[in-house]
Amino acid sequence: MAQIEAPPGTAEAAANPAASAPTSDFNPDTQIRERTVLDDQAIRRALMRIAHEIVESTDDPSRLYLVAIPNGGVPLGRILADKLESLCGLRAPLGILDTTLYRDDLTTRASRPKLRRTEMPSSVDGRVVVLVEDVVNTGRTIRAAMDALMDFGRPSHVRVVALVDRGHRELPIKIDFVGKNIPTQPNEKVIFRADEPEGDEAEKATGVGALHLIVRGGNGS
Amino acid sequence: MIGRDILGIEDLSRDDIETILETAERMQEIGSREVKKVPTLRGRTLINLFFEPSTRTQTSFEIAGKRLAADVVNFSVSGSSVTKRETLLDTAKTLDAMDPDVVIVRHKVAGVPHRLAEVLEAPVINAGDGAHEHPSQALLDMLTVREQKGAIEGLTVAIIGDIAHSRVARSNIYGFSKLGAEVRVAGPPTMLPAAVESLGVKAYTNLREAIEGADVVMALRIQMERLEGACFPSVREYAATFGLDRAKLRYAKEDAIVMHPGPVNRGVELAHELADHRPSVILDQVRNGVALRMALLYLVAGRPGSAADSSEGEDGGGR
Repeated sequence: MAQIEAPPGTAEAAANPAASAPTSDFNPDTQIRERTVLDDQAIRRALMRIAHEIVESTDDPSRLYLVAIPNGGVPLGRILADKLESLCGLRAPLGILDTTLYRDDLTTRASRPKLRRTEMPSSVDGRVVVLVEDVVNTGRTIRAAMDALMDFGRPSHVRVVALVDRGHRELPIKIDFVGKNIPTQPNEKVIFRADEPEGDEAEKATGVGALHLIVRGGNGS
Repeated sequence: MIGRDILGIEDLSRDDIETILETAERMQEIGSREVKKVPTLRGRTLINLFFEPSTRTQTSFEIAGKRLAADVVNFSVSGSSVTKRETLLDTAKTLDAMDPDVVIVRHKVAGVPHRLAEVLEAPVINAGDGAHEHPSQALLDMLTVREQKGAIEGLTVAIIGDIAHSRVARSNIYGFSKLGAEVRVAGPPTMLPAAVESLGVKAYTNLREAIEGADVVMALRIQMERLEGACFPSVREYAATFGLDRAKLRYAKEDAIVMHPGPVNRGVELAHELADHRPSVILDQVRNGVALRMALLYLVAGRPGSAADSSEGEDGGGR
């Protein structure tokens, strides 16, 4: 079957090509202030540290199972899988879990959100599942992800990785591994983006391009 | 598309069709899970209002609704028992007063779902009206072709059989044409509608010419009990002229697929060897039917006024 989904993390880039220069702090198209908070290197360093923390906190690394929440979690999950492999010599399975059908706001929205891909390569029974998300704010997506996960089996543990924690929690959800805490105004947007990787089709399907973390809007301070 | 009626492919834009197919492609995964249910339409009510018996379509909609956690009520009536007691509209209004979120309608008379859609608050999905349209069947056919061929644009699709009396043919003609395929139809002259080429298709009375170079060959069900003697001399003659077997299929492309909306009259529209094996994709069509109907229900279910005007919360906020 043809994969029709855009590569993970590129939706924002496609919608706004002018924003692809990570150093610009002002987007002339939208007249909205932008600032890069984490660049590619900083994101990869944070993921390396998180990989160390995951290994440190896990008795049996062979039970690890990464589950990425699309779109942003997917490139982060791929990098994390590589880092974990380099640390403990084991390749954890990497699943993709769309939380859209489990959202709590479907009845209040004017239109149904587009569905993303779900691909769970093996059973989660007895595994230490590590959910991977780009930006956590209210905690509602993580709640939905936990519900979705339970439909695939009974993990022994569920942990959460977030590249960014904005902190405006509305549910009692705790993040186990955080890349960076970024206090933001509610009217700001935190955007994680992964460029499309260079190379052939296979590399595009599994590789990860340059990573950017941008804060858009607010007072720009 | 919340609250929108799905009455025919003729009313859908190419974008609408693609949104539905893309959503259905995501729904397919749920059918392969051990727990085949998501909580998406929990608390929503779906009414299957079938004035004409249909096991397959009704079951498919019922399973689709249940996989999305909706409550599904089947309301099957023969045409006569309804007219004795109350009119069609009264029946429909009575059901509407029970606040369903979707009403799925099948009726032997063309246009009934449209009429009901005018009076019902709930969105109406046409599950087949007379010889007019059967949109969910055409959409699942398009989904199956996309799955098998990757894309529909540029393909040649040959539809064989009773084009004049077939809602499946009409919906597929609209659908495949809108997605950029070349559509051909073939059958005995008595089964080709007078102005069929005005729908943008090429009409043939010779099977070989119709399937020459085709990527998709779709056989339609012949309603033998109704049509023998009226539209063709005998079933055996129809089978010899328009029935598909491996020998005739040689004229199509080497990797052509064979489709049929079911149920198959074995040995009439399709030879046994074709009905059961590749290149026929009949069971894929059935499986895709559930995913496609899940997509339709996901996209349209909901009564007007129940959706708040907020639609924020897309990517970027971090939720």
